[in-house]
Amino acid sequence: MAQMTMIQAITDAMRNELKNDESVLVFGEDVGQNGGVFRATEGLQKEFGEDRVFDTPLAESGIGGLACGLSVTGFRPVMEVQFFGFIFETFDAVAAQMARMRYRSGGVYNSPVTIRGPFGGGVKTPELHADSLEGLMAQTPGIKVVIPATPYDAKGLLISAIRDNDPVVFLEHMKLYRSFREEVPEEEYTIELGKADVKREGKDITIITYGAMVHSSLKAAEELEKDGIDAEVIDLRTVSPIDVDTIIESVEKTNRAIVVQEAQKQAGIAANVVAEISDRAILSLEAPVLRVTAPDTVFPFGAAEDTWLPSYKDIVEKSKQVIEF
Amino acid sequence: MEKTKELQQIESQFETFQILNENGEVVNEDAMPDLSDEELKELMTRMVYTRIWDQRAISLNRQGRLGFYAPVAGQEASMIGSQFALDKKDWILPGYRDIPQIVYHGVPMDQAFLWSRGHYGGGQMPEGVNVMMPQIIIGAQITQTAGVAMGLKRNDTGTIAITYTGDGGASQGDFYEGMNFAGAFNVPAVFVVQNNRFAISVPVEKQSAAKTIAQKAVAAGIHGVQVDGMDILAVYAMTKEARQRGLDGNGPTLIETLTYRYGPHTMAGDDPTRYRTSDEDDEWEKKDPLVRFRKFLESKDLWSEDEENKIVDQAKEDIKEAIKKADSAPKQKVTDLIGFMNEELPQNLKEQMEQYKEKESK
Repeated sequence: MAQMTMIQAITDAMRNELKNDESVLVFGEDVGQNGGVFRATEGLQKEFGEDRVFDTPLAESGIGGLACGLSVTGFRPVMEVQFFGFIFETFDAVAAQMARMRYRSGGVYNSPVTIRGPFGGGVKTPELHADSLEGLMAQTPGIKVVIPATPYDAKGLLISAIRDNDPVVFLEHMKLYRSFREEVPEEEYTIELGKADVKREGKDITIITYGAMVHSSLKAAEELEKDGIDAEVIDLRTVSPIDVDTIIESVEKTNRAIVVQEAQKQAGIAANVVAEISDRAILSLEAPVLRVTAPDTVFPFGAAEDTWLPSYKDIVEKSKQVIEF
Repeated sequence: MEKTKELQQIESQFETFQILNENGEVVNEDAMPDLSDEELKELMTRMVYTRIWDQRAISLNRQGRLGFYAPVAGQEASMIGSQFALDKKDWILPGYRDIPQIVYHGVPMDQAFLWSRGHYGGGQMPEGVNVMMPQIIIGAQITQTAGVAMGLKRNDTGTIAITYTGDGGASQGDFYEGMNFAGAFNVPAVFVVQNNRFAISVPVEKQSAAKTIAQKAVAAGIHGVQVDGMDILAVYAMTKEARQRGLDGNGPTLIETLTYRYGPHTMAGDDPTRYRTSDEDDEWEKKDPLVRFRKFLESKDLWSEDEENKIVDQAKEDIKEAIKKADSAPKQKVTDLIGFMNEELPQNLKEQMEQYKEKESK
């Protein structure tokens, strides 16, 4: 097995699928010769040719339309949105076109597009680069939204996303791209979309999270352990649809939960998790389910990021509030 | 606005291409397409049929027997002529008004009625009929056409993708992005803008400072042409040529057809008298595509009143049958729709499916 960063695992997944299936095409702005602004497609054009891995004109709506059109003629486009804040430009193609393809055609056409995009705070990008827009996507019926937290998960989930016959939005947290390495098999493997992963087992409280906050939550769990609190950390991995069964099973065991997301409080995913817990396991709860989130402002300008983003300390504090309720 | 010499020069290059004048006389013999007498009659048959169908559809809509409907009278030459130039395997990406083209491309009429009524059966394109569902969002089909055309080229199908929008659609960013992508990737796409003069109520002069929509092709580096959209032979000839251009690897084409819709934008309450005059209507009715083509055919002894009446009767009969068939389509259930959302039902939809099965069983 090789030690890989998350970005290497992502490249590896695309390489695997380009090799595996002639209908897979990788395209977007700067993904060819340049290998992507983050080098996610590094070397792929050289290996598979300009026919399979190619640059597009700089126009996100055009990229989405191209992907949508290709998908109904039998291709599996893997389109890159250079920074996910640019999704607004192509939101029609994704939400109003691909996401509805199967519905609109009564099951005749599908749209097997993977929409990759980097996002996430802590790297001080300019405006509209880092925004956590997964809530917006997750509120759109017809698309799956996947957010890996580790290199291993990233590879298995991306291969599944590319093979999925429905559109999948695959969000890559910029801060996780190169922050650490882990063992990733060189051979192919898949991780089922829609399945959460228990990243740490515990019995006192369930911390439900995804993306970069998985790591903050794991760190918080270590801190909590010093105070004798045994936290379970669930990584949703797919934020739409969410894996209700894994969440409920855990909450029924720990009787307490918090939900952690980097996105603003009003931004959807955490609220949905809280509602599902309330629907299905309210009698197991010893305390209200609280949320750790960013405030309900626009994503902040760079200099304010560190305080704006939720930290492991916020998670520790909120967990203790729930424990002491 | 005073236009620079350079701009005037570019705009002057976009002259309206015509074969038949308003009196049905051939004014451009060299451009006459190679169509047999039978094919010429077929063009007229389809225009007459479509005019009757449009009248019936409007009436059915008023009776509450049809749903969403966008009238097509006035645009028959533009619609029928362009579709007639296609191969059966070419792809059509229609806008909401482009129902005649997709029906002549193989979508059964009763299915078109189902689409109008908001029944999923309307979107279930039959096997081998390469048609996308009529697009509601203005311009979305333009960018998709670049993708479909790229797919057809990659698969070496020897076919093209054609798409339709109106003059208002040419104001959309997606219109430019789609043409630009198709040009940059040199794919076999044909973009038809049916300039029927009004985007609901806003006249084309208020859409753009450009004298023609055809000239917008210049910015994308592709071929653009303006055609008399009331002249079915001109529309047919230019579409045929555009199709071949794409197949020969010479890139996409933008075709602007100058046409007019006699009726309202849609049957959902639009009143054209609020934004156009009866003089304007009269002026365009003089250019009527059916009148002009009838005169042309009569001059060749290819048409008679008797023949036309038979088509009118046939159209009425077919529409009655199609409506009957649409009426007998299975009632649309929410559980069907839940089933169409994803290839496999995720947990949330599985639960909702059970809830709606229960609800629908009561």
